[in-house]
Amino acid sequence: MMGRDAGRLSLILLFMPFALWIGLLIVLPQLGIGYVSLREKVGINQYEFGFKNYADFISEPIYRNTLLRTAWMSILVTALALIAGFPVAYYIAKIAKTRSRAALFLMCLIPLWVSDLVRAYGWIVLLRETGVISTALVSIGLISQPIEMLYTDMTVIIGLVYTVILFMIVPLVSTLQGMDDALLEAGYNLGGSRFTVFRRIIVPYAMPGIVAGSIITFMLTAGSYLTPVLLGGKNSSWFTEQIYNQFITRYNWEAGATFGVLLLLFTSLVVWLGLLLTGQSLATTVAKD
Amino acid sequence: MYDLSCSGLTKRFGPFTAVSDVSLDIPSGSFFSILGPSGCGKTTLMRMIAGFESPSEGDIKIKGESVVATPPNKRNVKMVFQHLALFPMMSVGENIAYGLRCRGEKRGAIGAKVAGILDRVGLPGTEDKRIDQLSGGQKQRIAIARCMVLEPDVLLLDEPLGALDLKLREHMKIELKLLQNQFETTFLYITHDQSEALVMSDQVAVMNAGRFEQIGSPKELYDAPVSGFVAGFVGDSNCLTGTIATVDGADARVRLDDGGELIGRVADRSGPGDAVEVFLRPEALSLGAGGATTLPGTVDSLLFNGANSRVLVKLATGQMLEVADPAQSGGGAVGDTVTVSFQPERARVFARRGA
Ligand SMILES: Nc1ncnc2c1ncn2[C@@H]1O[C@H](COP(=O)(O)OP(=O)(O)OP(=O)(O)O)[C@@H](O)[C@H]1O
Ligand SMILES: [Mg+2]
Repeated sequence: MMGRDAGRLSLILLFMPFALWIGLLIVLPQLGIGYVSLREKVGINQYEFGFKNYADFISEPIYRNTLLRTAWMSILVTALALIAGFPVAYYIAKIAKTRSRAALFLMCLIPLWVSDLVRAYGWIVLLRETGVISTALVSIGLISQPIEMLYTDMTVIIGLVYTVILFMIVPLVSTLQGMDDALLEAGYNLGGSRFTVFRRIIVPYAMPGIVAGSIITFMLTAGSYLTPVLLGGKNSSWFTEQIYNQFITRYNWEAGATFGVLLLLFTSLVVWLGLLLTGQSLATTVAKD
Repeated sequence: MYDLSCSGLTKRFGPFTAVSDVSLDIPSGSFFSILGPSGCGKTTLMRMIAGFESPSEGDIKIKGESVVATPPNKRNVKMVFQHLALFPMMSVGENIAYGLRCRGEKRGAIGAKVAGILDRVGLPGTEDKRIDQLSGGQKQRIAIARCMVLEPDVLLLDEPLGALDLKLREHMKIELKLLQNQFETTFLYITHDQSEALVMSDQVAVMNAGRFEQIGSPKELYDAPVSGFVAGFVGDSNCLTGTIATVDGADARVRLDDGGELIGRVADRSGPGDAVEVFLRPEALSLGAGGATTLPGTVDSLLFNGANSRVLVKLATGQMLEVADPAQSGGGAVGDTVTVSFQPERARVFARRGA
């Protein structure tokens, strides 16, 4: 009896920090946001409950389009991060020698030591009209006058891919590392070409990593603020910017909260659709083993 | 014509030679085993045949044509891997269909072939099972079916029974032999377990440190080993060390290191004064007088194992000898004084290894 009680107590104690973290930092604020979003302002310090804030959002095309655009660009960033990250992850997990593996992995982590802000300014220093790249191109005579490379969608996408690619690489490396080389050899031995082995063996095997990486990358991108705002400038039209405007600039907490809830719902919907379309489920991929 | 022949095959990894000057010819439809201790280069040899390693020297021919320049996915040799390497994300049916689809066969034909091969390996109707729903022995048969459905010229098997428990291994030994008979395909089987090699094979090559020591039928290897390594590795043997005192025709009088003398048959070119090993099969020894050599000792313990029972005799000079005792007569009780005797032709004398 003593043993079981002690066991239960230690389980509760172990679980406590996690429960507190989830409860205080995620569930509670989210409930608060949800509550605020359902509050309509009818007068000074007078509120009613209703869906007016949501109706406002739907009737305003700018908001709608910004949300769609954010989702679309985030999907693009996720796809690019997957395409660029897969070879890197494959190299680290399967081709690199065991000794250099740790070093390579660490090199992927280095950008994390620098804050988001500094990294974004790094890009600005490189890409602006008077920046390093433009000046260098002019001085070697490839272009006749400086060009502005900031404040385009392209720049925002590149900057975002650079920021989130690590979160694609890490889960990919860990799934690919579990793959027995004999599977690949069996794939060739039974007559598969390189492409067949890649498509029918490597990709399905890496699927849990691909799904996990894509979800993390997509959520991080859709919820990011600094990179799109700094690299995209005024025309970045990122949805988080709208939320910021409502909360801080306009001091319209009700609309801001509504946007926050909508962002969460919409990104969850996209993830769900993505899983559905690729025939994956959270249980069989992320939670596998 | 030979289904598979290798000549002078050598593989070096840097300064280390893993396979050295190996030649073999495997006739069509036979069961050929390569038997050797762990690390002797068996897998390396097989990987060269499958095309995953390129030989440093030598040639590999399949059905008479050199395949050294052929990539692995174009060679018609299929391989059952040491840990099977079934594709975990595919069902049983998809695993078997994989090779057929790579070959670009029609969907309808694939379904029929998959069902047919599952029938032949005794697992009909398991197409939709997942790999992790199969038992060890079933996985084994799926791995073989996945290769055999492609009708390879040669099937390579790399210690496929290594991961199974003893009981299943005994069973699969017989099963494999039956499958090979049924498919009439050439099997090249790798193992470090001499009983697997002896039971299943038409021909066995004994491999040691990258070289072939002897190629022959299981009976030849057992009855007429050409080296001390083969004598010690194939079948059970008692091994006594000593020095040749005198040679009389084929027989030699050997003075044992721990004391005592025996008469044995010289099986290589050892002469007087050479350090040698004497190999005695348990069934060549008998308790009681009657052989040319008799060694006194006491019964140390009785090892009961049905028809395979042994008596462990401690000689007066301290060495232990296993003596076969198929009648389980027990040879008396522990501590009894006994005499071990044998005829000279049953004692094989080889130059001492590494000496
Ligand atoms: N790629 C490689 N690079 C360097 N050495 C290797 C390589 N592959 C194998 N070896 C060496 O070659 C030798 C033979 O290896 P191999 O795998 O062929 O042994 P094996 O007979 O199959 O052993 P086991 O019965 O344990 O499977 C070993 O000493 C191994 O260390
Ligand atoms: Mg091996």
